[in-house]
Amino acid sequence: MNDILSILIFFPLIAGILGLVVSEKGIRTYGISVAAVEFLLSLWLWFAFDTTSGTMQFVKRVALVPDFGISYYVGVDGISLFIIIMATLMTLIGIIALSVKKDIKNMIVTLLFLEMAMIGVFVSLDAVIFYLFWEFSLVPMLYIIGAWGGELRLYAAIKFFIYTFAGSLIMLVGMLYVAYTYQSVTGTWSFALTDWYDLIFPLGVQKWLFWAFFIGFAIKVPMFPFHTWLPYAHGQAPTVGSVILAAVLLKMGTYGFVRFSLPMFPDAAVLYITPIAVLSLIMIVYTAMVAYAQKDMKQVIAYSSVSHMGVIMLGVFAMNAEGITGSVFFMLSHGIVSGALFLLVGVIYDRRHTKLMSEFGGLAQVMPNYALIFGVMMMASVGLPLTMGFVGEYLSLAGFFKVSPVMALIGGISIIVGAVYMLTLYKRTFFGPVTNEANRNLKDLDGKELAALVPLVAIVIWLGIYPKPVLVPIDNSVQTLVSFMHEKAQTPEAKQTILVSKRAKEAQ
Amino acid sequence: MLTPISVNLASLNFITLSPMLIALAGALGILIIDLIKKDLDKTLYVILTILILFVDLGATLGLTVNERGFFNVVVIDGITILSELLIIVASMLFIPLALTSKRFHEYAYPEYFALFLFMIAGFQFMVATDNLIMMFVGLETASLALYTMIAMHNTVGAHEAAIKYFTMGALAAGFFVMGSAVIYGVSGSVELYDITRAFQERLGEPGVMVAMIGGAMLLLVAIGFKVSLFPFHTWTPDVYEGSSAPMAGYMSIVPKIAMIVVAIRVFGMYIDLGIETIRNVVIVMAVLTMTLSNMMALVQADVKRMLAYSSISHAGFVMAALALDTTKANSSIFLYYALFLFTNLGAFAMLWISRHKDKTHHSRFHHPYIKFAGMIHIEPFAAIIMAIFMLALTGVPPFGLFWGKMYVLSATVDAGYIWLAIIMGLNSAIAAYYYLKLIVYMFLKSAPEGSETVYNNKSVPLMIVIGIAAFVTILSIFFVQPLMDYITYLISASGY
Repeated sequence: MNDILSILIFFPLIAGILGLVVSEKGIRTYGISVAAVEFLLSLWLWFAFDTTSGTMQFVKRVALVPDFGISYYVGVDGISLFIIIMATLMTLIGIIALSVKKDIKNMIVTLLFLEMAMIGVFVSLDAVIFYLFWEFSLVPMLYIIGAWGGELRLYAAIKFFIYTFAGSLIMLVGMLYVAYTYQSVTGTWSFALTDWYDLIFPLGVQKWLFWAFFIGFAIKVPMFPFHTWLPYAHGQAPTVGSVILAAVLLKMGTYGFVRFSLPMFPDAAVLYITPIAVLSLIMIVYTAMVAYAQKDMKQVIAYSSVSHMGVIMLGVFAMNAEGITGSVFFMLSHGIVSGALFLLVGVIYDRRHTKLMSEFGGLAQVMPNYALIFGVMMMASVGLPLTMGFVGEYLSLAGFFKVSPVMALIGGISIIVGAVYMLTLYKRTFFGPVTNEANRNLKDLDGKELAALVPLVAIVIWLGIYPKPVLVPIDNSVQTLVSFMHEKAQTPEAKQTILVSKRAKEAQ
Repeated sequence: MLTPISVNLASLNFITLSPMLIALAGALGILIIDLIKKDLDKTLYVILTILILFVDLGATLGLTVNERGFFNVVVIDGITILSELLIIVASMLFIPLALTSKRFHEYAYPEYFALFLFMIAGFQFMVATDNLIMMFVGLETASLALYTMIAMHNTVGAHEAAIKYFTMGALAAGFFVMGSAVIYGVSGSVELYDITRAFQERLGEPGVMVAMIGGAMLLLVAIGFKVSLFPFHTWTPDVYEGSSAPMAGYMSIVPKIAMIVVAIRVFGMYIDLGIETIRNVVIVMAVLTMTLSNMMALVQADVKRMLAYSSISHAGFVMAALALDTTKANSSIFLYYALFLFTNLGAFAMLWISRHKDKTHHSRFHHPYIKFAGMIHIEPFAAIIMAIFMLALTGVPPFGLFWGKMYVLSATVDAGYIWLAIIMGLNSAIAAYYYLKLIVYMFLKSAPEGSETVYNNKSVPLMIVIGIAAFVTILSIFFVQPLMDYITYLISASGY
C-alpha cells in the first residue's frame, strides 16, 4: 500500500464524479459510505505509519512538468497525519449530520470534491501541487456557502473567495521567487519542498519572502486584521459548511506556517516573533470580547474559533517542540471541538430556525442529551483539564512561555474570557425556566445526530485523558523540524530562540 | 540608366510563402466555386475552409526555422511559426461555429469565407516579416477583411461596430505609417535588422534619441490600438458587443497575437539596444491596462462586454511579459495565448450557443448576466463547462490559464520585477470577482421566467468545438510540458 496517499486523494474525486450517476434517493447513503471508506483508509494510514520516525513517509514522486520542476510529490509525517484523519472524520460526521433537503446530491458531490482538495493540501510536498489543491478548495466552499447559505450568502461566499484568492496570489509570487532562487543556485527548477528546505536565504530576502507567505496563510487562519471574512462565512454557511470550514480549512493556514514558513525562513520567523505574537494576542483577546457581545450562538462560536486560532499561532511561533507540538494538537482539538459546536448549533437551528440566544432558555429540561453533549464540548472549548482542548492549549502556551512569559500570560487570559462567554451562552440557553413556549416541545437528539456527535465526545474525552498515541508521532516530527530549523538558522538570536530539546540532541 | 536586376527563382525561396499562398489560393478557389455554382450551402464552405486550413497547418509545420525568402522580406523564425500555428488553430476552432442551428446573415455569403482566408493570409504576412512596410500591408489586408466580416453580421450593432473599428483602425494605421516614417528617417531603412545596425551607430549622437523614441511611441499607439492597450482600448467593448460572439472571441485572440508578434520584434529591438524608456513605457501601459480594464469589467451588465474587458486585461498581462524581453518571458507569452485561445474561444462559443434572435432578457444586451441565472437547474452540464471556463480565466488551478499565468509571473519574478508580479497577482484577484459573478448567477441564483430559450442556437458542431476547448482547459496540466518544450525550442532557436 505504498500509494495509499494517492488513493486517499483521488478516491473522493472519483467517488464524487461517479456520485453524479447515483439517484437522489440513494445519494445520502452513498455519501456516508464513501466518506466512511475514506475515513477507514486514513485510519489504515495511521496503522501503517511508523510512529517512531519523524520523517516523511509514503513518499511518492512523479514528474509532471520536469523542465519547470513541477512534480506530483506527496508524503506524510506526524504533523500532517492526524490532520488528514481529522479531515476525513469531520467530512464523514458532516455528511452523517447533513440536514439540507435542497439539492442534496450536489451537496454530497461538492463535499467529496472538497475532501479531495483538503487531503491534497495536507499531503502535498510540491509547492505547485500544494497551491493547486489550496486554490481548488475555495471552489466547493464557495458553492456550499453560496447555494445553501443564509440571507447574505452571496456576499459571504464571494468575500471568502476573493479574500483568500488575493492572499494566495501573493504567496504564489513568493513561491515563484523561491523556485527561481533554487534554479539560480542549482541550475535546475524545482518546486519540491524537500529541495527548498536546503536553500539558505540571506536575512534580507527571508524578510520579504516571509511576509509574502504570511499574507497567504494569515488570511486563511484568519489572523487579525484579515479575519473579517470569517464571521460572514460562518454566519451564512450551512451547518456542514461551517463544520468543515472551522475544522479543516482554517487549519490549512496554520499548517502552512509549520510546513513552509518555519523551516524555510527560520531567521525571519524568529525576527518576527514579537509582531506576530502581538497580532495573535489582539486576535485572542479582541475576538474573545467580540464573542461575548454576540447575540447569535453561531457567531459566538465563530469568534471563539478565531480566538483559539490565535493560541495556535502563539504555539507555532514558540519555536520550540512543546509549542509546535501543542499547536498541532490544538489544531486537532479545535477542529473536533469547534466542528462539534457548529453541529450542535445546527441541531437547534434545524428545530427552531433561529440561532439567537434570546429565543432560548431552559433547554436543559427539554433536551437533556443535547445539553449534556453541548456541555462537554463547551468545556473542551474552554480548555477544561481532562478534555482534549486543555492539552493543546496548555502545551501551546507553555511553549510560548519560554519566549515571553508576559505574552503567554496574556494569552492565558483567553481561557478566562473564553470561560466567560461560553458559560454565559450556556447559562442563557440551557438553564433557567423555559421562557419561550415554542421551545417546550422540542425533540431531543435523534439517532442521526447522536451518531454524529457521540464519537466526537468520545474522542474529546479519550484524547483529553490519554493524548499520548497522538502526541508522540506529532512530537517526533516536530523534534525533527525544530532541530532542522536550529541547524539552519544563521543569526545568533535565532540559534538561541529555537530550542532543541535534550532528547532530540541525544538522538543526534 | 537603370541596370536590369536578375532574379534567381531559387533565391526567392517560395517555400517560405507557402502558408500565405495556400490561404490565398483557397480564398480564390471559394470565389471561383461561387462563380460557377450559386446557392450552395454554408456547410460546404465551412468544411472547405477547414480543409484549406489543414493544408495550411501542414505547410506551416513544414517550415524550417530561421530562413529568409522573397527578397529577404519574409522571415521564418520561431515566433513566426508559433504565431502562424496559433492563428491557424484558432481559425480552425472558429470557423465551425458558423454551423449553428439558426440562420445568420453572414454565413449565407461565400464571400465571408473567402474574406476569412484573405484575413488569415494577411495576419500570416504580418507575423512572417521584419519589414515595417510588409507588416503594414499585412495588417491592412487582414483588418479590411475583418471590418467587412463584422459588418456582414448585419445588425444595427454590427454596423456600428464595423464603422467604429474601421475608423479607429484607420487612425491606428496612420500612426503605424508615421512611426515607420520616423524610423526610416533616422535609420534609412524599413528592415528591422538594418534599423538595428543604423540605430546602434547613431545611438550616441545628440538629439537622435528623441526621434528614435518618438518613432517607437507612434508605433506603440498603433500597436496599442490593435492589442487594445489603455488608453487606446475604448473601441473594444463596443465592437465586441456589436459583432457576433465567435467573432468577438476570435478578435480577442488572433489579431492580438499578430500584433504582439510585431511588438516583440519592434520593441524587442529597442530593449536590446538598451533604450530603457521604451521598456518602462510598455510596463506602465501594461499595468494601467490590466488594472483599469479590470475595474471597468467589474461594473458591466453584459457578459460579452465583461469578457471584452477581461480580454483587454489579459492583453495587459501579456504586454507586461513582453516588456521583459527574456527568452522565458517571450515563451510564456505564447504559452499564455495558446491556453487562452481555447478557454476564451470556448467561453465566447458558450455565449454563441445561447444567442437568440430577440433580446430576451434585456432591452439592450444579448447576454446580460440575468440570462444565465439558475442555469445549473436548466442545463447542468453546460453550466459546469461555462464555470470551468470562468475559473480558468480567473486562474484557478488546475485549469488551463493558470499555467500560462504562472509562467508569466515566473518570468516576471526571474527578471527581477517582483513588484510587477505582485501587481499582476492582485489584478488576478480583482478579476476573480467578475468571473465569479457569472458563476454566482449560474449556480446560486434562481432562473427568471422564460429562460427555456437559453440554448436556442445549439448544434453538434458547436458542441464539438466547446468540447475540444473544455478538454484542453481541464487537462492542460498534461500538455504544458510538451507545449513548453516546443515553444522554448522555437523561441530560443531564433534568439529571442
